[in-house]
Amino acid sequence: MSATDPILRLESVSKHFGGLRVIEDLTLAVRRGVRTALIGPNGAGKTTVFNLITGVFPVDAGRILLDGADITGTPSRLRIRHGIARSFQNIRLMPHLSTLENVMVGQHCRNPGLRGVLQPVNLVPRNRWREAARAALANAALIQYERSTVGNLPYGVQKRIELVRALMAQPRLLLLDEPAAGLNPAETEALQAQLEKVCAGGGLTVLVVEHDMHFVGALCEAVIVLDFGRKIAEGSPEEIRHNLLVQETYLGTPAAEPMEQHRAYSA
Amino acid sequence: MSGYLEGVLVLLAVNVVFAYGGFLPLAAGQLNLGLAGFAAIGAYASAYLSNVFKLAPLVAIPLAGIIAGAVALVVAVPVLRTRGIYLALATFALGQIVQAGILNLEVVGGAAGYPVAAFIRLPTIAATAVIVVALVWLLFATRFGLAVIAVHDDEGAADLIGIDVRAFQIAAFALGSAIAGVGGGLYAHHFSFIEAQYFNISLSITIVLYVLLGGTQTVVGPLLGAAVFTLLPELLRASAHWRYVAFAAAVIVIMALRPEGLVTGAQLRRLFGFTRAEHVGLPKERTG
Repeated sequence: MSATDPILRLESVSKHFGGLRVIEDLTLAVRRGVRTALIGPNGAGKTTVFNLITGVFPVDAGRILLDGADITGTPSRLRIRHGIARSFQNIRLMPHLSTLENVMVGQHCRNPGLRGVLQPVNLVPRNRWREAARAALANAALIQYERSTVGNLPYGVQKRIELVRALMAQPRLLLLDEPAAGLNPAETEALQAQLEKVCAGGGLTVLVVEHDMHFVGALCEAVIVLDFGRKIAEGSPEEIRHNLLVQETYLGTPAAEPMEQHRAYSA
Repeated sequence: MSGYLEGVLVLLAVNVVFAYGGFLPLAAGQLNLGLAGFAAIGAYASAYLSNVFKLAPLVAIPLAGIIAGAVALVVAVPVLRTRGIYLALATFALGQIVQAGILNLEVVGGAAGYPVAAFIRLPTIAATAVIVVALVWLLFATRFGLAVIAVHDDEGAADLIGIDVRAFQIAAFALGSAIAGVGGGLYAHHFSFIEAQYFNISLSITIVLYVLLGGTQTVVGPLLGAAVFTLLPELLRASAHWRYVAFAAAVIVIMALRPEGLVTGAQLRRLFGFTRAEHVGLPKERTG
């Protein structure tokens, strides 16, 4: 396999909700090791694409291939074992657990069977899974929050904890759904630094849905643009910035004020 | 030790065991209103095993717990397909079925009740309660505890993390029912007489109350809940029949002041001197 072969392929994928065609005959490829952004107006189907890749919804037509293996019919719970981990648009940490416990929950898929389930992670202070989770928190400069109940932490910190939790699965493909949304500039910077550190090791491909084009430009090497469930463009961030169709539907022309796009539905 | 004090302590120990039976499914986010049914299965199974097969109570009671757990495992598959209020109703119906079934089982006395020959005293019962608490505490210090609370907090996210949500719900339900069965066995061998009427819906609701008022997030919650709500009515005994009014008022006050129970995870983490990080005092920007 070459360095640029696709780690993820969607082949003619469609998804309808009732009469609403959210994803229509979508074919796209995410190249291995290439930090890729999925952008488009609200309601273009970006989050739905994530939900199809992670198996939250079944596809109505088409195939999803991870590293060449067909995972179209794989139950959502098992996809993380194929190496797909994700973060959520709205933070979905476990509010009643501490930061450290949330991160240890992220190791679940690497602890199959009864033996894994009975690992005494909260009993033995030197348990290796506990130590690994603490090391990951320290690495992300979040160790000071390890004992805090996550529900009480600032939004930006919770987003970064969610990223650490997703990485505990040691994924090959990491899906990030609007990681920078709702963050202040300092928090965005901290998140970007954390992401760059994560990607520096190689071996991990990141697919990110994001509206913040500065963030996309700084982080990503490839961009795929969706509109009404179809791919309308792809290329480098620079090419996309100058693509007239994308300017018209999403980014806005340099002369005009960038306008918030509103659609009748969101996906 | 006076007979009264022993009686109260036995009740306390049995209620603590029952409370952990209710805690396991509640920790996974499921209300089991059929606990009294599983306690009844445990009580009658243990009584039958000791009366007929002459098994010692120390053998019969754990076996009775296994039987109650096995029954729960079988019924969990269809029953746990329901959710929320329907799950509560389905488990309630389950308890009623067990009660009605026992009333018609002549081999264990039917409506006349069932005498239990083998007798156990406070030390045995208290030791069993301690073992149950210790085992549940150990279990919740493992990945099992994390997964159960994750399922309680967010089933969808837990599933995507790779947690088999249904398997953990079924395991929590069956283990809780097994513990309720052990509680029933303890009850049977101490009070020497059991009847189906005792294992009614109000027993199930009382057990659930122990857990909800004590707190479902930590292993300490049910212990405290059962202790407070077994001992409080006794302490209020001086006020004769007003004690039930005072007890009900206490329940409402606790629910209003501590909606997540007397003990919560966040509170324990604070109490045990874990340093509060510098984030405290920062405004929370969004609740997500």
